[in-house]
Amino acid sequence: MEYLAGEYDVIVVGAGHAGCEAALAAARLGCKTIVFAINLDSIANMPCNPNIGGTAKGQLVREIDALGGEMGKNADKTFIQSKILNSAKGPAVFSLRAQVDRRRYQIEMKKTLESQENLHVRQSEVVDLIVEEGNRVAGVKTNTGAIYKSKTVVITTGTYLRGKIIIGDFSYSGGPDGLFPANKLSDSLRENGIELLRFKTGTPARINRRSVDFSKMVEQPGDERIVPFSFETETIEKEQVSCWLTYTNSETHRIIRENLHRSPLYSGVIEGVGARYCPSIEDKIVRFADKESHQVFVEPMGLDTNEMYLQGLSTSLPEDVQIEMIRTVPGLENAEIMRSAYAIEYDCIDPTQLKNSLECRKLQGLFFAGQVNGTSGYEEAAAQGLIAGINAARKVKGLEPLVLSRSDAYIGVLIDDLVTKGTNEPYRMMTSRAEYRLLLRQDNADLRLTPIGYKIGLISEERYAKFLAKKERIEKEIERLKKTTIAPSEKVNSFLRARNSTEIKTGIKLVELLRRPEISYDDLGEIDPDRPELTFAEAEQVAISVKYEGYIKRQMQQVEQFKKLENRKIPENIDYSSIQGLRIEARQKLDKVRPESVGQASRISGVSPADISVLLIYLEHYKEKEK
Amino acid sequence: MFESDTIAAISTPHGTGGIGIIRISGDEAFDIAARIFKSRKKFNDIKSHTISYGKIVDPSTGETIDEVLLSKMEKPNTFTREDVVEINCHGGIVVLKRVLELVLAEGARLAEPGEFTKRAFLNGRIDLSQAEAVIDLINSKNAESSKAAVRQLEGRLSEKLSVIRKLLIELIASIEVTVDYPEHDIEEITAVQINEELGKIISKLRDLARSFERGKVIREGISAVIVGKPNVGKSSLLNELSGKNRAIVTDIPGTTRDIIEEYININGIPIRILDTAGIRETKDVVEKIGVDRAQREIENADLVIMMLDARTGMEESDTAIYNKIKDKKKIIILNKIDLADKVDEDSLPEGVNIIKMSLKEGIGIEQLEDEITNLFFKGEIISNDEVLLTNVRHKQLIDMAIKSINDARNAYENGMPIDMMTIDIKNAAEYIGQITGESVSEDVVHEIFSRFCLGK
Repeated sequence: MEYLAGEYDVIVVGAGHAGCEAALAAARLGCKTIVFAINLDSIANMPCNPNIGGTAKGQLVREIDALGGEMGKNADKTFIQSKILNSAKGPAVFSLRAQVDRRRYQIEMKKTLESQENLHVRQSEVVDLIVEEGNRVAGVKTNTGAIYKSKTVVITTGTYLRGKIIIGDFSYSGGPDGLFPANKLSDSLRENGIELLRFKTGTPARINRRSVDFSKMVEQPGDERIVPFSFETETIEKEQVSCWLTYTNSETHRIIRENLHRSPLYSGVIEGVGARYCPSIEDKIVRFADKESHQVFVEPMGLDTNEMYLQGLSTSLPEDVQIEMIRTVPGLENAEIMRSAYAIEYDCIDPTQLKNSLECRKLQGLFFAGQVNGTSGYEEAAAQGLIAGINAARKVKGLEPLVLSRSDAYIGVLIDDLVTKGTNEPYRMMTSRAEYRLLLRQDNADLRLTPIGYKIGLISEERYAKFLAKKERIEKEIERLKKTTIAPSEKVNSFLRARNSTEIKTGIKLVELLRRPEISYDDLGEIDPDRPELTFAEAEQVAISVKYEGYIKRQMQQVEQFKKLENRKIPENIDYSSIQGLRIEARQKLDKVRPESVGQASRISGVSPADISVLLIYLEHYKEKEK
Repeated sequence: MFESDTIAAISTPHGTGGIGIIRISGDEAFDIAARIFKSRKKFNDIKSHTISYGKIVDPSTGETIDEVLLSKMEKPNTFTREDVVEINCHGGIVVLKRVLELVLAEGARLAEPGEFTKRAFLNGRIDLSQAEAVIDLINSKNAESSKAAVRQLEGRLSEKLSVIRKLLIELIASIEVTVDYPEHDIEEITAVQINEELGKIISKLRDLARSFERGKVIREGISAVIVGKPNVGKSSLLNELSGKNRAIVTDIPGTTRDIIEEYININGIPIRILDTAGIRETKDVVEKIGVDRAQREIENADLVIMMLDARTGMEESDTAIYNKIKDKKKIIILNKIDLADKVDEDSLPEGVNIIKMSLKEGIGIEQLEDEITNLFFKGEIISNDEVLLTNVRHKQLIDMAIKSINDARNAYENGMPIDMMTIDIKNAAEYIGQITGESVSEDVVHEIFSRFCLGK
């Protein structure tokens, strides 16, 4: 029996990492919002690794926070170990990574959603889209017959769409972590002309801590100094727990090899496309046959549980093989499996059907974010969710969408890659995908994005004022370093000698000394007694800006060049088939992706520089005609 | 890449008797010209839209390259509506090319085919009705130059470039995996290792750049082939031409029999000239290889020089050869006229340039040289233009790659972290990729996943 259950500005379908950000952003921007989850106890679940951040992903979390998103704050509240990766490899690739208490993370996030003004949290399975005039979404219908009308809908279904769990030769229809799948919405999407893909991912087994012999493993403690994710979190002091490292051996590999025929990956049961960077252990052993052992990280799932995650042993082999294989690993001889490893197949969409705003081109008001767009990872999902939520709200208000460019943020790189190139495997963010990564650092995410977050309305006046003060302190300090001259003296030269640095004979600017690789900003304090008191983050910002100034300037010049083509917009209704001189392949590709700028067009594979020239000329012509 | 940088190119087709114009357009056009043009007046004092006499001097060596007339034209009243400098050179194609190289070394980018016209259009200089013509031009020019590029890329240049590119991609992948997968038990690459690897790559690139300067790797200018039956005097002609004219490089491949090639220079036109050992049907396998190659060379040649024996005129075996070349631009030489009492002119093909020659007596050589020069400047032998320009572009890209690798090594010397080195290493790979037409980022991601074992 159908009935009208309510009218909203924004409906969010799914309450994973993308859905939570989307719902919070829309509600915070003043839209009447409802978020659906198949099970409210699965809000912000981490069905795979219990950690947040890491290379490139840590940058994403920082960016989410700088724009006014929730992930960083929630991680700060609930992490149990914190680490900075790559600390010696260069400032562009410093990355924050935290082990998180999975259950507490969910509880915190659920509480945040529940407490949010304008936001209604609802358990139900959405089965149908309501479409008006064939091109505009107008709401959704749930499995109980409730109709929710709305101006916009954000789909954040993760791996739930027609989810199928596979463990060896056994499989069933199901969502992640023993939850129900969403089996009907796929059909509704397809009926409305949305093209679907089928992807696959997997997760390792969880074992009981009591059954692990840690004496055979190497302890992996957290960092002493804790760096928070959120720019708003000032300092954190807390007890940290360790992870543990052990290795597979020839015995493990023998068992896997002998049972390969029972793996659904090799028997053909799995149709979905998996990611190259996220191979199962059987995949690693087949593809890298000469490698004698592989790492296994044993990570706690939280403080209130004995469950531990086995990073490195993702598999879809049958349960009996899993048990046998795990028990060959040092320290895991008596391991007691609590949850089996499994592979999951699910429907996602071809993301080239989306605009840069994450709105679908076919159906106005319909947005997609997260794993349903073919990505992988909680952080990638949350980043898209935030943008989709912001843009759904802006659509309701009749405002231009927020689109970040590749030179603004990793979020910009992520979305541009998805909508321009599409993906044929679950897409993971990597620093090597960002051509301007020296500018897109985790330490300056607030400088890059907080003004945008403020303009949009997700950053409070109070936070913005604090941000401006911080920015000013950084700029003033850089100015001071450039102006202040240090005279040669015994004190200065003995300071330099102690660091194997060339002594000075004449006066030298502080900035020159700081440029020397052997001298850190902290060190310099010894001969610079008049310096102002700066926070760690401010001092870091000053040091990076000075030490890498030359490189930063060069990348900024490249960005200037890059922006020229980005700023050449392509009219939405352009008819590529009428452009003489475009090659047929280019016409088809351009028509499929419908790029919003000439710059974006130039990144589509199959579109040549000559095609771009032709397009530029056509656009000039077009502009003239419009006049 | 499309708008504000300064572009340069040879803007005249050949056929103007050794005079060529190099056009420079863009914000830096005047700065570049000021650095290389020496005349009585300082460049900055030269009035707009006037022509000045002076010399082009390489600022790094002080060497004078050519005496020229230079036109300076300030925007907006120029063809492209940008600052434009035109340099009229007189020293022939080789000098023209050197001046262009100097302009590029000073910071200009080689213009894409049709790019001046495109800029003129985009800056509102050309009437809109010409839009389609511009599009056609861009398309046809691109097709032409990519054909030229592909032809050059066959063989050794392409092999060497792909080796270098592969080394660069592997190196970038090693760095990226170290950076993106910090906790995996992969062997992390260190700055010292990167620097060593860069040392190897840069010496390969330098070798390549040097061979460009010697004109060894790539063919420039006209490619000409000498054909004719055995003992008609092909080798003597080649010796005569290369002995008399300064041979740039002699290259005798040891593996392929029956083909000898020389790089010579006739009146400033570089020519790669090949002597084929004779095209005839053969059952001898080894010889067949030579003959196959001879036929391929004929297909690729811009000009075929066919030699006949004046004593016999056109025989059956000559006709067989002639049939294979009749669609090519060709010159026919009637050799050994000193030994022939009378030439059977009727047997010779009609409508073809015929030169009577006696290599022994030294008759007809100059006539041949003039005929080649003539064909070249009349533009009847085409394709050398595109090839030449492509070569300049390749050399410039290789030089830029060398500079980038030097920058990366400086970063190492200055104690920069490895991530800073990747910026320049990636630039180097991009430059090489622009020659081979491949992009870097996709390849790196692919390389990372195929070489390293990663995953959760």
